[in-house]
Amino acid sequence: MTGRNLNFKHRVAVVGAGLTLFRSRMLETPQELAWLAAKQALDEAGLTLKDIDCVVIGSAPDAFDGVHMKGEYLADGAGGVKKPTVRVFVGGATGVFVPIAAWWHVASGLCKKVLAVAEEKMSHAAKPHTQYVFRYIWDPIVEKPLNPNLIWIFAMEMHRYMHKCGVKKEDIALVSVKNKRNACGHPSAQLCMPNVTVDDVLKSEVLVWPVQLLDISPTSDGAAAVVLASEEEARRITDTPVWVKGIGWTLDTTHWTNRDLAYPEYVRRAAEMAYRMAGIDNPRKQIDVAEPYDPFDYKELHHMEGLGLAKKCEAPVLTREGVTQRDGDLPINPSGGLLGVGNPIAAAGLMKVAEIFWQIRGEAGARQVKKPVYTGLAQAWGDLMQAGTVIVMGI
Amino acid sequence: MTGKPLNPRGTKYDKWTFPVFEMGVVGRARYEYTTGQALGRFLAGLKEGKILGTVCDKCGRVFVPPRMYCSYCFREVDRWIEVKDEGVVVTAVMSYIAADRSRLKEPVAVGVVKLDVPGYKFDDHFFPGLMHYLCGFSEDDVKSMRAFGARVKARWKPPEKRTGSITDIECFEAVRP
Repeated sequence: MTGRNLNFKHRVAVVGAGLTLFRSRMLETPQELAWLAAKQALDEAGLTLKDIDCVVIGSAPDAFDGVHMKGEYLADGAGGVKKPTVRVFVGGATGVFVPIAAWWHVASGLCKKVLAVAEEKMSHAAKPHTQYVFRYIWDPIVEKPLNPNLIWIFAMEMHRYMHKCGVKKEDIALVSVKNKRNACGHPSAQLCMPNVTVDDVLKSEVLVWPVQLLDISPTSDGAAAVVLASEEEARRITDTPVWVKGIGWTLDTTHWTNRDLAYPEYVRRAAEMAYRMAGIDNPRKQIDVAEPYDPFDYKELHHMEGLGLAKKCEAPVLTREGVTQRDGDLPINPSGGLLGVGNPIAAAGLMKVAEIFWQIRGEAGARQVKKPVYTGLAQAWGDLMQAGTVIVMGI
Repeated sequence: MTGKPLNPRGTKYDKWTFPVFEMGVVGRARYEYTTGQALGRFLAGLKEGKILGTVCDKCGRVFVPPRMYCSYCFREVDRWIEVKDEGVVVTAVMSYIAADRSRLKEPVAVGVVKLDVPGYKFDDHFFPGLMHYLCGFSEDDVKSMRAFGARVKARWKPPEKRTGSITDIECFEAVRP
């Protein structure tokens, strides 16, 4: 693999993926969810745990599951016992960071086969509401005394974006409608809504204007897993490995009140890093399908622009013209995304990576996009509009 | 797909006899956060009715909330500066819910205020700014985005009621010409 200023020993491929159901409340414990996803990924790759050299676990704040040292706690179900195991965490960006961390385990030559598992059980933080535990994300001195709800900052970002780009709520609601309809093809989906309309979104409960209930993904429980292997191993495991072509990640400052919220700089930089490595100079033409992070409907548009899949302020236009539909020229979130499949934070990001894996292999079933897929992209975002993680995969 | 949902219809679990084990947080645990060098002085300034920031003379950035270091030049800031307690609204929203997701009786306007600093001009990419409540704006002012770019000024609590907290400012209030 060629790339500027990058040096690594081994090409890396994804050879298997697994997912649990995404639901607002699951019977299984976090460990059990991790096990269900990990086992499916191993089965799909035709491997057993004995074949795995190293394990990477991803999970968002401990406060959701209500267990400290969640990585250590999950290791048991994630196959990490008595192996080199590590947990990574960059808020909502964690899900895509998990295969990035697994990539460097393999690319460095340190491990040949890595199991990467992401899990979240938001429903444990039940009372008074899951949103309440987000208060520990705010700055304790200058923000928390104002008694904020985390949706405030997303509403501020959404409104700033609408203001700067002249975007209407109707245009943003189209994203929610597309993704909740797409989700009907996904066996894990929590919010398949085949008949949802823009009107339904605009009439749903107003939470923090301009954010309404159907603009947001739900709280969910779930787990996802993928298996990554070095080129030599991957060729032995499968005839159809999906190569990791590029990875990128960046973190912006936590002082979000000092910067413009209209454009996601943190995503642009992460994407540039991944594109440089993958040899992509025109993402709009070279990416066949993408799964940008969509915990809110405006976020899909915002991230498309950060990823260079649309020009600044152009994503709503592409959406209105149907370009981003599953049968469109640039299918965006054919899985149904977080808005449709659900948002068990870290697991939701890894679900997107699994979706790109299945799309490239032609195994996405009812969700398979119409155009041929050679190259796909998954992206996640997290923290106080800070963290961007991007992975480019292809045949 | 694998896994067993407890409530496929999204019903609240406590209406059902499900295997759920409830436990509160440990004891009555509280945090006592350190204010730090920069924010400690910032809070002391608020008690005196002043908004203080720090300046990095190398890159010219003015930091509000203040930092003791410039994270861009990675050096100590050069000095303190008193910024104006007024500025313009760069984004505004209307919250109908509280931190715990319960409905508020009356919605509140919240936003980010870009603060004025005499002798400095700032673009959209980096500016001294605070999140705070906005007052004097109707629901329609926020929803129509008329609040964007509006001039606002801090409404301070009376000096005897200030405690050295961001809440010593009650809100940033619309300045009517």
